[in-house]
Amino acid sequence: MTKRTVELELATPGVDAQGRAARMPLKARAAEETAEPDLGAEHLLVNLGPQHPATHGVLRLVVELDGETVVRCIPHVGYLHSGFEKLGEYRHYNQIIPLTDRTDYLSPMSNNVGLALAAEKLMGIAITPRCTVLRVIACEMSRIISHMVWLGTTSIDLGAFTPFLWAFQQRERIYDLQEMWTGARLTTSLTRVGGLMADIPDRFVDKLREFTGDFPKTLDEIDRVLTRNAVWAGRTQGVGTLSAAEAITHSLSGPMLRASGVPYDVRKDKPYLGYETYDFDVVVGEHGDVYDRYLVRLEECYQSNRILQQALDRLPDGPINVDDPRVILPSKTRAMSDMEAMIFHFKQVMEGVKAPVGEAYVGIENPKGELGNYLVSDGTAKPVRWRIRPPSFINLSALPRMAEGHLLSDLIAINASVDIVMGEVDR
Amino acid sequence: MKHVGEVKSSNYLLTKFQELVDWAVNSSRANSLWPMPFGTACCAIEFMATAASRFDFARFGMERQAFSPRQADVLICAGRLPFKLAPVIRRIYDQMPQPKWVISMGACASTGGIFDNYAMVQGIDTIVPVDVYVPGCPPRPEGLLYGILLLHKKIKGESLFDAVRRREEQPLDDKGLRLPPETIDEISEPFGNSVHQFRSS
Amino acid sequence: MIPGALRETVARDGERIVYVARDRLLAAMHWLKETPGQEFNYLVDVTAVEFRDRERPIEVVYFLRSLERRADIRIKVELPSTDELVVDSVWSLWHGADWLEREVYDMFGITFRGHPDLRRILMWETYAEGYPLRKSFPLRGRFSRAEQVRQALNANPEAHYSLEELSIAEAGGDLPEDMRDRLRRGERGVIPEPPPS
Repeated sequence: MTKRTVELELATPGVDAQGRAARMPLKARAAEETAEPDLGAEHLLVNLGPQHPATHGVLRLVVELDGETVVRCIPHVGYLHSGFEKLGEYRHYNQIIPLTDRTDYLSPMSNNVGLALAAEKLMGIAITPRCTVLRVIACEMSRIISHMVWLGTTSIDLGAFTPFLWAFQQRERIYDLQEMWTGARLTTSLTRVGGLMADIPDRFVDKLREFTGDFPKTLDEIDRVLTRNAVWAGRTQGVGTLSAAEAITHSLSGPMLRASGVPYDVRKDKPYLGYETYDFDVVVGEHGDVYDRYLVRLEECYQSNRILQQALDRLPDGPINVDDPRVILPSKTRAMSDMEAMIFHFKQVMEGVKAPVGEAYVGIENPKGELGNYLVSDGTAKPVRWRIRPPSFINLSALPRMAEGHLLSDLIAINASVDIVMGEVDR
Repeated sequence: MKHVGEVKSSNYLLTKFQELVDWAVNSSRANSLWPMPFGTACCAIEFMATAASRFDFARFGMERQAFSPRQADVLICAGRLPFKLAPVIRRIYDQMPQPKWVISMGACASTGGIFDNYAMVQGIDTIVPVDVYVPGCPPRPEGLLYGILLLHKKIKGESLFDAVRRREEQPLDDKGLRLPPETIDEISEPFGNSVHQFRSS
Repeated sequence: MIPGALRETVARDGERIVYVARDRLLAAMHWLKETPGQEFNYLVDVTAVEFRDRERPIEVVYFLRSLERRADIRIKVELPSTDELVVDSVWSLWHGADWLEREVYDMFGITFRGHPDLRRILMWETYAEGYPLRKSFPLRGRFSRAEQVRQALNANPEAHYSLEELSIAEAGGDLPEDMRDRLRRGERGVIPEPPPS
């Protein structure tokens, strides 16, 4: 468990007389609530979005303002509702994987892994060791690019443009790697039930090693520019605080939950893909404000980098797909020359992979929080129900609680700190 | 300029006044387009990548992104458009001053893409007129840049004096649609693989 | 022993599933949250499942977790589809249930009694085609594409833009008169017939 606290010695609004970072104590909220709001005063309604650059997509916020203070903030979601779950009921399990790319499109590979794990659990398939490690690599690469988008866009929201360019430079490097591996920059469709769509190409390992060597330098630069920056600290410290108890009752997950001091990480506490064998720290914040969420995400990038290095060191040789002709397509040459392989090929393409009756839920630690995939099968090749537990949808539901009592400009910081991606919020 | 007359001496050349004006106005319009990014989904991420340092569409005169429709020339719809968002994009389009153009970026904005279901508009051309369609799911940044260059070409071919080709505002009809209902049904029909998916039982 | 527990099974991922009687749901949830040794203090998810077999009841599924004990449990309530689809809201125990229950209401039409603000969340409030995730709902919706575009374009993007935002019943002038009537009477989600084609 890692805790990071930064002491500041700057005469800014976020700093008290002794030079310590002034934070709003978590208990101070109770005193505010007892104060009667002045109902006679004229309140102003401001509509933010659905088309607003600071709402990170098509979120719409209706904000009731008393002067510049947010009295009430009502999010309206659903402007990107695309009917993923309904579509999933009409698709074979492998056909659902391209849909998962497009839910949380900031970390597509990790979504692919989540669905494949749920389908494999439902069918009782154990994947190969090489596939396990490659999926860990995919998940951690996704975490890095997702946190990089978060850092870049949030710093733009708070007035710092440079980290955006640095972050996107690193993203492009991961995009190159994703493109090498899957052929697509963004919509990767990496996994298949029981394996992967392709093994990593030559020179992938070298390139990724090169990336993991350089990447901490960029993080250090961002750290140097932002962490002790008076403007950054002043605008984020003590803003949007949530106590641990509030975070739990609002069902928050991921960095939002950990920034409030709850050390729950699915990778450690309900391990999948052998995460328990990797040496990494769960990053936990103390104050539950925007600043701590920033620290948690920044530190998680370092930890992901460590996991990537370990995964590269231990990457075993061997097949990437399970040896089960019921779920894995035979190679093209075998399907053309071997009668049995052709029959399996035909059955899989025409009928799909049948799952036994039952249900399975697998939660994985996505960059945004716990991404759950809940599949219910009635014995056919198409699920009866495919439910995504959307971490950013649930995290966003705490926004009204976090925003009230803050300034309108802080609302932008708070909204950014939730790290929403509307494709997943609305599905 | 299309018709440059015979050069009589090195000091002057002859052309039609109309074409001189068209050339001057359209080149300046095309080379300093202010985009209004209407980014909704995955394509918006590629749009951001296009704006960032590696691809940098500022090279094509798009340095300034206008986040207010009232100061924008071209609406770039990047991403899928659900029915709930349809009145929003229509309003944004209506708020943009003439002349205005629309780029539909990605398969979902152009045709509905893989989302042939209850929630998705099957192509934004049922809501607003579209000038350039950029295919791909999502298009690569190079694809978007190519679409932008195509739009430049289109703008440079327009004429200020051509009353027919001047872009008129197309208001919604009494039903509140910009196309006849039969046309919308026709262009929204299922295509490709989605026909073979079995219907709800 | 969980109050109101009817039967137990094990899911294919090894989790415990407990079916609870509909009218004892709140008691069971309260017991699971507060009893020492249970302490399921974290609500992971709320969703519903309708089966292709129309005879089978619709299930409302609650995923609970104990953060201290690192243990999970799944609670299910069965709602016969012939019956009224009503179940008690667990909002009073976990505030995270707020949006999750609204989503189930929006997608399945299941009413959560005692929810502070039960209205559509993903589709717009005047959406007339029904509840999308029900099996009787066709993939492409009930209306023709042109009719869907027409209804969408005629929806007011600035609806629900009033000081009484939290309660749609008070939203006043933004809503059509007949809808305000229905809301005032506490009725929701009456699906208008599709127009004759």
